[in-house]
Amino acid sequence: MTFAFSSSLPEQWKHRHLLGLENLSADEITLILDLAEHLHTATEGGRVKLDLLKGRTVANLFFENSTRTRNSFSLAAKRLGADTVEFSSSGSSVSKGETFIDTAKTIEAMGVDAVVVRHATPGTPHLLARHLEAAVINAGDGPHEHPTQGLLDLCTIRQKRGSLEGLTVALVGDIAHSRTARSNIWGLLKLGAKPIVCGPATLVSKTWEKFGVEVAYSLDEILPRCDVLNLLRIQFERQAIRPFPSVHEYALLYAMTNERMKRSKPDILIMAPGPINRGVELTPEVADGPHSVILKQVTNGISIRMAVLWLLLGKKGVR
Amino acid sequence: MNNSWLIENARWIDPSVGLDRVGRLLIQDGRFAGLDCRDGDLPKGIQHIDARGLIGGPGFVDLGTIFGEPGREEDETLTTGLHSALAGGFTSIAMSSSTEPPIDSAASVQFVLQKAARASLAKLYPLGCVSKERKGEELAEIGSLVESGVVALSDAPRSIDNTALMRRALEYCSMFDRPLLAHPEVMSLSRGGVMHEDMTQLVLGLPPMPAEAEDLATARDLRLVEATGGRLHLLSISTSGSVDLCRGARGRHLPFTAGIYIANAHMLDEQLKSFDANCKINPPMRSASHIAACLAGLADGTIDIISSGHRPCSLEKKMQELDAAPFGMVSLETTLGQVVTHLIRPGVLDWSAAFAKLSLNPAKLLGIDAGSLAPGKPADLVLIDPDQSWTVDAPAMKTKAYNTPLQGTELHGMVIASFVDGERRYKKGD
Repeated sequence: MTFAFSSSLPEQWKHRHLLGLENLSADEITLILDLAEHLHTATEGGRVKLDLLKGRTVANLFFENSTRTRNSFSLAAKRLGADTVEFSSSGSSVSKGETFIDTAKTIEAMGVDAVVVRHATPGTPHLLARHLEAAVINAGDGPHEHPTQGLLDLCTIRQKRGSLEGLTVALVGDIAHSRTARSNIWGLLKLGAKPIVCGPATLVSKTWEKFGVEVAYSLDEILPRCDVLNLLRIQFERQAIRPFPSVHEYALLYAMTNERMKRSKPDILIMAPGPINRGVELTPEVADGPHSVILKQVTNGISIRMAVLWLLLGKKGVR
Repeated sequence: MNNSWLIENARWIDPSVGLDRVGRLLIQDGRFAGLDCRDGDLPKGIQHIDARGLIGGPGFVDLGTIFGEPGREEDETLTTGLHSALAGGFTSIAMSSSTEPPIDSAASVQFVLQKAARASLAKLYPLGCVSKERKGEELAEIGSLVESGVVALSDAPRSIDNTALMRRALEYCSMFDRPLLAHPEVMSLSRGGVMHEDMTQLVLGLPPMPAEAEDLATARDLRLVEATGGRLHLLSISTSGSVDLCRGARGRHLPFTAGIYIANAHMLDEQLKSFDANCKINPPMRSASHIAACLAGLADGTIDIISSGHRPCSLEKKMQELDAAPFGMVSLETTLGQVVTHLIRPGVLDWSAAFAKLSLNPAKLLGIDAGSLAPGKPADLVLIDPDQSWTVDAPAMKTKAYNTPLQGTELHGMVIASFVDGERRYKKGD
């Protein structure tokens, strides 16, 4: 499929915002993945800037710390010719006496076309979408969704394997607090892969089985069947009572080590959404080893975000 | 204002005497004066109302109602709250002690009683704090509170997390023959929670409020009632576990009653998919199996009392992120519609049972002179059009707040008028 970027947007895209993958169809997800690959080619991997979004402004509105997602969105916007503006705010809006919505409306009044929002509370991008005219892109809302991360993970697997159909993909670690896990689960299910969630019982709910997801507590048991491992970061900051006794015990049960690599499929893919805790989720040898596609994920992140920005902002902006 | 009336042709419901028939009700000098009086007995200048097609019964009695005065007048004042009560058919309000400062002293009891008397709307019965400053640490001066006029003791909507304090409180309240009204919740399981823990919560990633947080508190409190003989009312049960526990305890003849906030009888946790902070209530909207258990408990009498769960929050508070937004919905004015739509029309309750749970039983619990149409009783009365449907429109309601997840939904059953001591203090359309 080829895209004529100078013409209007694909007709099958109907959304004003990107809030999550749960409500996208398989076709819509595939469209984004296809577009991302074409944009990667069209920008020659970032060496050439396009002017598809010239005159548009994208605001990064981050209420939680982030380096890679924020920079990835900024680069994606700039490679399409858009201007970017950065806002960050630590702590809740209450402490400043201004509601979250007021903050966003103020920023919108400066004439932005899209707001990329990250927030510790699920549903905040949805709240913004109800109050703003601008397109809203969810860059992570608490443990709920992180759609562009899910998309770039799907994109990376598809690049390496051609298709997601029938692949066994294990999401390992802190599923309870992971937005990446949720976005991956919806994307994997829709594209025909078989997701497994694996981790300590305190962080992996049995209820996932009701959604057609396999639930496992032993990495060693599922390891020989896995085509892909996505090693999620343990989110120490989100937990009131520690859900496992020690980092040492966690690593013993769930860290991807060279020894575990030997018991894996020979073509297994090792992924991690980052930032990674080396020695906790995986050892440095595995992170930097031949099966690791962690840096490829980062590269694909920019292409995915270019595709999303163009789908949401391109219609009026095409010149 | 005239407080003698002849209300004709209504269907009268009074569960205290098993009454359910059409007749003419006489109200004389602010008190009920019986059904079916003869024309010759009518006093001069009496006002007539033709209430054909309407249902009449004792005014509703709400437990644990939250207003904002003193301290949070931005949410609700006593006047707007008591006006809202009348518009919902509630003629008596046992108001939560959760004001700022909380009602833990004779002075604060006097303040709200005087304010309410001046408003001359629904009757106000303050609840006193169980613990000093409602902190859940040590007993409040319960004896002085009872002296100054509180009808019952309660820290709700806060749960009494400390088991030793709960035991002491049940023992101590029993000396004054006053019930303790409790919100059952084990906080170490639900602190920081936003919604019921189940499939929807798993998908949304919002902090969970597991059902067992309530079940364990219900089990604990019932066991403490058994141990102490203290009188307990569970204000807000919402889980199948709680219903089962209460049903079992009923067989052991313990001195307790069980209540439900009306939202928990029909509102599903799936509503949180909208991420609407107005859906954040406590107890949380549960999943279908819990609602089914609650309906069964209402039908078989395990749940004795239906309360509104009225908890107003100003607009700006609910405009925050879900974890920062406070719990609560306004519901005094929608309770009857919710009862008719979700309990009476589907056949869970008949009108007599509905009046028992909304009026007679809570009045008996508090020991107040209400809940009956018997001659000589204060003429606190509600007239209802059972078939009238209407659409919930928060800005048009008497309450000061707007926080209802029912905005825009259609309900059946409308309050036409409310009388307090024979005065018609609310009339639909006024």
